[in-house]
Amino acid sequence: MGLALAFYWVPDAPLEGFRQRIFYIHVPVALTAYACFGWAAWKALRLLWLRDDRYDLESYTAVHMGVIFGILTLVTGSIWARTSWGVWWSWGERQLVLFLVLFLFYSAYFMLRYSVEPGPRRARMSAVYALFGVVLIPVSFLAIRLAEGLIHPVVFDRDVGSNLAGSQLLTFLICFAGTLVLAASLYANELTGKRVDERLRELREALS
Amino acid sequence: MTSAEKYVTAAYLVVLAVLLAYLVIYAFKLSRLEREAAELAELARRRREAERAPEPEPDAEEVAP
Repeated sequence: MGLALAFYWVPDAPLEGFRQRIFYIHVPVALTAYACFGWAAWKALRLLWLRDDRYDLESYTAVHMGVIFGILTLVTGSIWARTSWGVWWSWGERQLVLFLVLFLFYSAYFMLRYSVEPGPRRARMSAVYALFGVVLIPVSFLAIRLAEGLIHPVVFDRDVGSNLAGSQLLTFLICFAGTLVLAASLYANELTGKRVDERLRELREALS
Repeated sequence: MTSAEKYVTAAYLVVLAVLLAYLVIYAFKLSRLEREAAELAELARRRREAERAPEPEPDAEEVAP
């Protein structure tokens, strides 16, 4: 439904024209990536607070989803940059670089995780790492607003929604809700798969 | 098709392609889990049958030539 609205219902943006429609996929995907990383940090905090190792798998799965949505953010952002600015990437733009740093930070999470033997130590180390990464989210998010020499568009400022027409805001909200639901479904499926995998490994050890 | 339309379509198609790739990988993972579960079920069944099977009587060997 979001796609149909984005392509056939919303009017072209005054300055950007048709290419502004990438906004309806790029921004929801980026915000979903932030949400996944935030969720991973929340589960990591629960693990450290409650000393309950079952949160380890939940935090890991959320990072996994966040990295997938992070890739999509980088690719769609790059395509938007190409059509709007004429370049695929701009190292001079702090917000792009900060998102890349955030993405690489969470990509390195997997290297850390698989360099340590499974067990409580690995769970605690992964949780601390996931928790540290969440600090980068507000930095990355605010960089879009604080950066000087801005070329990255700001859609939501203090007067929320003021830069979007009603139809654009509605389409954006529908696309964002759809992306969040998609991420939640993928998270639930992936988590179930990982749990089954873990149970099967335990069963194999018990039977052998 | 204008250049802007091509780029917008490409952006949406990339998202679709990544999601489809993820689903394919997940389908392979599910089939692996199913195969492993079947192997473990078979292993458990064999073990149960071995436990139920009667012990060979010691006299039978002595009688045999």
